[in-house]
Amino acid sequence: MKFLHDLLDKQRPLFEKGGKFEKFYVLWEANETFLFKPALTAGDKGVQVRDAIDLKRMMMTVVIAMIPCLIWGIFNVGYQHYVATGEITEGGFAAFFNLDNLLFGARWVLPIVLASYVAGGLVEVTIGIIRKHPINEGFLVTGMLIPLIVPPTIPLWQVALATVFGVLVGKEIFGGTGMNILNVAMTARAFLYFAYPTDISGEVWTQLADKAPVDGYSGATALAIANDTSISGAGTVVDGLSQANSMLIAPFGGDFFSFQNMLIGGIPGSIGETSTLMALVGALILIATGVGSWKIIVSVFAGAFAMGTIFNLAGANEFMLVPAHYHFVFGGLAFGAVFMATDPVSASQTEIGKWIYGALIGMLTVLIRVVNPAYPEGIMLAVLFMNVFAPLIDFYVVQANKKRRLARATV
Amino acid sequence: MSKTVKLKKGFDINLAGKAEKKIADNPPSETFAIKPTDFIGMKRPKLFVAEGDNVKAGTPVLYDKMQENAMICSPVSGEIVEVKRGAKRKILEVKILADKEIEYEQFPTFSVSDINGLSREDAQAQMLKGGVWPNIIQRPYGVVANENDTPKAIFISAFDSHPLAADFAFMLKGQDEAFKIGVEILKKFTDGKVHLNHNANAEVSTVFSGLEGIENNKFNGPHPAGNVGVQIHHVDPIGKGQIIWTVNPYGVAQIGKLFLEGKYDASKLVAVAGSEVSAPQYYKTYTGSGVAKLVEGNLKSDHVRYISGNVLTGERIANDGYVGFYDNLLSVIPEGDQPEFLGWIKPQKERLSFHRAWGLFSFLNGKNKEYALDSNTNGEPRAFVQTGEFEKVTPMDIYPTYLLKAIMSEDFDNMEALGIYEVIEEDLALCEFIDVSKHEIQSVVREGLELMQNG
Repeated sequence: MKFLHDLLDKQRPLFEKGGKFEKFYVLWEANETFLFKPALTAGDKGVQVRDAIDLKRMMMTVVIAMIPCLIWGIFNVGYQHYVATGEITEGGFAAFFNLDNLLFGARWVLPIVLASYVAGGLVEVTIGIIRKHPINEGFLVTGMLIPLIVPPTIPLWQVALATVFGVLVGKEIFGGTGMNILNVAMTARAFLYFAYPTDISGEVWTQLADKAPVDGYSGATALAIANDTSISGAGTVVDGLSQANSMLIAPFGGDFFSFQNMLIGGIPGSIGETSTLMALVGALILIATGVGSWKIIVSVFAGAFAMGTIFNLAGANEFMLVPAHYHFVFGGLAFGAVFMATDPVSASQTEIGKWIYGALIGMLTVLIRVVNPAYPEGIMLAVLFMNVFAPLIDFYVVQANKKRRLARATV
Repeated sequence: MSKTVKLKKGFDINLAGKAEKKIADNPPSETFAIKPTDFIGMKRPKLFVAEGDNVKAGTPVLYDKMQENAMICSPVSGEIVEVKRGAKRKILEVKILADKEIEYEQFPTFSVSDINGLSREDAQAQMLKGGVWPNIIQRPYGVVANENDTPKAIFISAFDSHPLAADFAFMLKGQDEAFKIGVEILKKFTDGKVHLNHNANAEVSTVFSGLEGIENNKFNGPHPAGNVGVQIHHVDPIGKGQIIWTVNPYGVAQIGKLFLEGKYDASKLVAVAGSEVSAPQYYKTYTGSGVAKLVEGNLKSDHVRYISGNVLTGERIANDGYVGFYDNLLSVIPEGDQPEFLGWIKPQKERLSFHRAWGLFSFLNGKNKEYALDSNTNGEPRAFVQTGEFEKVTPMDIYPTYLLKAIMSEDFDNMEALGIYEVIEEDLALCEFIDVSKHEIQSVVREGLELMQNG
């Protein structure tokens, strides 16, 4: 690989100060550091050896943890299409993991991934050139997160626009990676939700590709069905769920909106968030590698369960009476807990703070779901809300440390 | 009340090439150097000597204008051959060509029983004049102690937990008497206690046992358990306005010898260690030894980095450089200035990592695996991203990231409130090692300390 490095090195003068393409140095640097770990050595003073970790590697770990969700999402987009249009009549492993589903899913999902990476990458490069800072590898993660939290029917221009908005307003105006207050991907999604609500709510979760669904098909998500059942007063939410789309086949057994199928993820929804199971696989990777905080992940689930139980006890309507563990498999809670809440920059930074931060996200999510019928999914707003409060939580945790220290001062 | 402290946080960097406990029979270096930059906080070094002057071991060579009484003395007798200066005529090295037989300046000697009757003032005068005073480091700030202060306690860490560190028990073998007198002298300077801190996982050497009227504390855990700053934090933390002195065991024995033998004895064993040394072992030499003789015929390759001190807190020196005043270790590691194709994502087992992110498999090697790490930074500097990692290698009730951010923003109130008085560079060196974003944390800490000290 030496020739490749020599080739790159030969171009270096063009991009360095005084060179023809001096302005595009960051681009050249991004390329070089992507291909090669640079020959940087430790300074004269301070540590002379460094840990093998690198921010790029850390970010790639998160991307790798998202791959199960992405692959599941691709197959599921295909499955949901074929099952809704009546072409799949029996479930099973082969009915889900087959080439038709893969091709159909890839046809709709990959362009969204591409749109997000291209749009966001252009913003990163432009800002890098203007502000003369290296291109932030944080975007490796953001660029993958955004496609996973949008419906498969979303227009590509909206993906691009939301990504640009997320990166610019969510991150760059604060000074770039590491300085942002809000989670970038959630900012992008919130932008979509408030700017183009019709394209990201209602019956957008299945890519029908202009085909007619089977009779009696409802494109609503489990959360919307739960809410409708509760309002109409027709039995418990669990009953309502079991009646909805009952003619459709769940890929791995059970009713279409059974706990089991929602856990596995054979339901319509945003591309990457339907499968709680795959999110948990991602969680395992993040926790095993130590890249994601297990404290945050665990406390989000614990918070959601606690809030669900409190509502069970209150029991003012059917939605409140939903068994607390159903909240784990509804909507995007699991995906959000694993990949959004754990973003180290926007989360609480102290270890005690992480427990509080995670628990409040879980509680708020369920609170928004159950109490605010206008927008049944709560994880997005809960994460953004707690992003804003994370510094406050940290403030009090750090303040306690300061007080302990002050207590021993003599002057 | 002696204490046993168990520390869980920290990280041992297990490097290849530990010094074997034997003494090489090489002749010592011919040249030695005093480097004013070794003495942190030294503002304006002034020379007593000029090129061509002859000095004895113990002859004052320079002093700091800001601390006029503390002499920096020549470690050997011989001739001043060069005063190397840098930008703005800053003194970098005062080189001394050593005599074959070392002659010593003579100071008053004391018998063991005389020591008790010696007053603090007399002891202090002899230490300042006899070149041993700079062994005493003051916390906060980690600078040479001010002789007008009375510290609330004095701390001696009897072990060094840094990678490849020299073993004090081996270095001071047979110097029990000198160490004991050194401790007796130090006792005169504080109304509080003298703490001697041992490694709970090793046998206490005879040098460090049987001392009376001191506190013996034991520390158990990975590095930085041997750092005196960590020990202070757990035994007698420093608050605002308090002062603690620290001395390393070599310094204690050197102080003892000044009174026992009446000479400034700068002879010491220096460990030469690291993956690039063929036969890592100890060398008998003097403070400020030239590197060349220490590594002659004992290297595996020539593309190496010489470090005065250990790989976490040491300073890179040239191949004709000199070991620093406080160092008793010369680390030799491979220079890491080669690019590595896709090195940022390639799975690795050979490069040590505290983390377990994708492809970092060094944790599978177990604790006994020895690593040959090079000086590559393994990545470029970035903004702070990952959180909660610094705390895992800092066994103190301190939030390193918040402290560092307070320093970077020159926020004096917060620096103080977040514990800047309790740390010096070495206490946060592991944070710098494990930092995903490759900050120069130790130099940030020093900036903060200088801001606090000088405003």
